[in-house]
Amino acid sequence: MRSRWSYVYFAFYLLLGVVLLFLNNDLSKAVITLMNVIIVLVPLIGTIFGVMYYYNSKEFTELLLAQPLKRSSIFLGQYLGVALSLSMSLILGLGLPFVFYGLFESSAIWDFSLLLITGTFLTLIFTALAFNIALSNENKIKGFGYAILLWLFLAIIYDGLFLMTLVMFDDYPLDKLSLIGTMLNPIDLSRTLILLKLDISALLGYTGAVFKQFFGTNFGLIVSFIMLTIWIILPVLRILFKAKKKDF
Amino acid sequence: MKNIISFLVVVFISNAAISQALEVCSDCEISTLKEAIRQAKDFDTIIVKKGTYKEYDVIINKPLTIIGEDYPVIDGEFKGEIITVISDNVTLDGLFIKNVGTSYTEDYAAVRVRESKNFVIQNLVLEKLFFGIYIEKSRDGKVFHNKIIGDAVEEYNSGNGIQLWYSKNIQIEHNFIQHVRDGIYLEFSDGCTIKNNVSALNVRYGLHFMFSNDDIYEDNTFENNGAGVAVMFSKRIKMYNNIFKENWGTASYGLLLKEINDAEIVGNTFADNTIGINVEGTNRINYKHNTFKNNGWAIKVKGACYKNIFTENNFLYNSFDIAYNSKVNDNEFNRNYWSNYTGYDLDKDGVGDVPYRPVKLFSYIVNRTPETIILLRSMFIDIIDFSEKVSPIFTPDNLLDDHPQIKKILW
Amino acid sequence: MVIIEDLHKRFGKNQVLSGLDLTISEGGVFAVLGPNGSGKTTLIKSVLGMVIPDKGTITVLGENIKKKSDYRHKIDYLPQIANFPSNLKVKELIKMIKDLRAFTNAEDQLIELFRLEPFLDKKLGNLSGGTKQKVNLVLTFMFDSPLIILDEPTSGLDPISLIRLKDLIQKEKAKGKTILITSHIMSFVEEVSDEIVFLLEGKIYFKGTISELKNKTNQPDFEHAIASILIDNHA
Repeated sequence: MRSRWSYVYFAFYLLLGVVLLFLNNDLSKAVITLMNVIIVLVPLIGTIFGVMYYYNSKEFTELLLAQPLKRSSIFLGQYLGVALSLSMSLILGLGLPFVFYGLFESSAIWDFSLLLITGTFLTLIFTALAFNIALSNENKIKGFGYAILLWLFLAIIYDGLFLMTLVMFDDYPLDKLSLIGTMLNPIDLSRTLILLKLDISALLGYTGAVFKQFFGTNFGLIVSFIMLTIWIILPVLRILFKAKKKDF
Repeated sequence: MKNIISFLVVVFISNAAISQALEVCSDCEISTLKEAIRQAKDFDTIIVKKGTYKEYDVIINKPLTIIGEDYPVIDGEFKGEIITVISDNVTLDGLFIKNVGTSYTEDYAAVRVRESKNFVIQNLVLEKLFFGIYIEKSRDGKVFHNKIIGDAVEEYNSGNGIQLWYSKNIQIEHNFIQHVRDGIYLEFSDGCTIKNNVSALNVRYGLHFMFSNDDIYEDNTFENNGAGVAVMFSKRIKMYNNIFKENWGTASYGLLLKEINDAEIVGNTFADNTIGINVEGTNRINYKHNTFKNNGWAIKVKGACYKNIFTENNFLYNSFDIAYNSKVNDNEFNRNYWSNYTGYDLDKDGVGDVPYRPVKLFSYIVNRTPETIILLRSMFIDIIDFSEKVSPIFTPDNLLDDHPQIKKILW
Repeated sequence: MVIIEDLHKRFGKNQVLSGLDLTISEGGVFAVLGPNGSGKTTLIKSVLGMVIPDKGTITVLGENIKKKSDYRHKIDYLPQIANFPSNLKVKELIKMIKDLRAFTNAEDQLIELFRLEPFLDKKLGNLSGGTKQKVNLVLTFMFDSPLIILDEPTSGLDPISLIRLKDLIQKEKAKGKTILITSHIMSFVEEVSDEIVFLLEGKIYFKGTISELKNKTNQPDFEHAIASILIDNHA
């Protein structure tokens, strides 16, 4: 499925990559800035684009529904179409300027790969969440509203509440709670993956044994990736479930 | 004229005859080091041939030069101290000393120098030791090019690699120290130079100063120690061009400064440490041309610190640049490069047009509730940090770098 | 051909179909009529599997359609509002639908019939409503399926195309196909359909030929017959 928007998205990331490299003159620094941008921006674009795509292609979906196709394959196809084209735009858009800048000779290549992997995960997750919202809301305006709210909640509000909880209960052992809190939000989860790479020195300053096991070994990396995968699977299953029951 | 020359020749030859060389080997006339020392006269040279000598409590009580050929092994069999120097002008060279006894009441060392002057200890290899080279109440000595490999696991039952106690003017250079408690430890020792050493994987500190003044350490590497270097209760220490890296852990830091005054910290690199420099109660310290890279906290300031000046340092990609636990600030930050700086330079003079605030609100929160570290780099945290930056409430409002550099500083 | 038993469907509080039974035998043109909101489209979409019934069974060509999709190979469906992805070309859309279903060559003939050649390379977003409807018709008729469902096929068509559509329907009927039509244009229905099904409040009010309807309502023409049903039921 061709879409103008995925080109726009591609161009946007291309521009972002070039501008960052130009401003920073330094690959590692650009990668760090990107990481901060990615974990906020990718979910936003994933949600908005997912919702928009769903509503825009509604009639086409109906056309397909009358064809001898399984509902699950129609919706899975649409979901993958959007999510993968967004992911490709992300990977190519950011990848090209960095490759030309000499990424392969740089030590930042692992950080950068992690960045792209995380970005892809986030795209898959948030497009799935967006489809869920759109499937559950016939009203476009409402759907968009919920999508923005979801993003706002997971990107900012959740962390605010999380921080308040931690500060309020700081007399209790909190390391498990804080890790669980992180697992429940895909943005935080991706952020943790990036922290593991960038801020391991600071993270190891904390005493908790659970923390230490999580951040000090590969355990954290593995658990985070498993959780991210679950974060894709659950919404996708719900898309299939909803799609089976929905009337058009 | 001819007579004078022949006289000189005679003098020379007889001198050489006086300063004779004794050989020690397992099937020689002299088969132990102790026996050789007993037979030797002042200023003799003892050559120890390759072999294993099971000896301990070897006391060198006259000015001797002891040279090992192909690293003869002196095995103390864990019975106590191995070599003790109590005379001036002693040189030890090229020995492999191992199996020092461990005691909870006495600090047994592989080599101890007590109340002596002008000693040289070089090219030794020390293994399985309690204390390595222990220098007490001595002065004007050299400790060069030794390799000290311990097997310390816990602090309480291990000793230090090189320890100086009430000593003056000692040069410690090109030593390689691993797996002991403190790599190098100075207590009440002044005017010492510590240069080009590598101190790594030690249980406590790579280098440790207590109540020692006017010392200088430069071009050393401190890596992966419990903590890099601790400088406590000392004055006028110069720290130049050292590398502090990968000191990871809860109470771990590249450099700990506690109650020290008038020090110079120039040209050092702090990389990948949990805390780059932990500062507690220090005054009048100059930090210049240091690089802080990828540390959890580049500098953590606790307690009262006055008139410290940070200029032209590079702060690169640290999770936190500076953390303060109080609202007052009497220290100066000027012309540093901060990779976290987001300002601009419209007049293109290489200096950012808006000041940089190196202390973030979030570092306060983390200080209070350490678990919140997991929210590092969250957008919410960025927002509260930003609001704090705009109107400081919790952080010292005069703590800023008015001339943040736009490009990394090169020197 | 199509057997519907005890079909119930409710959208929120609105009970659209309540216990509808209908059998459509093979061959001929059936028109599904009824006032707005009587459940025509819901009925058709239920047969297509686009609306999931709350209760009841639907059998198409001897097969219960619940949770199936393959039976749609035997149905050609013309949706009411044809809104295609606007960035696709007409040609591409036709090719895509062909890829989804089966190979066919009938589209050339249909394109010619509706004079669509000049539009083949245009994007669907730039077409007028009538032209889109023609494309829609091509997509529907290019497959040779035994059951054809047309939801408001006449909308937006010019008179010439309308005549062609009627011809097309007659031709398909002659092949022995079953054709299900909904329309608001009574003259069109009267002209093409063999039998009508009249829906009212989610149930079948009348099923039979047009002449039977005229007799039942005592009205001389079809349009008045329909009108009288509506008046009677609201009076």
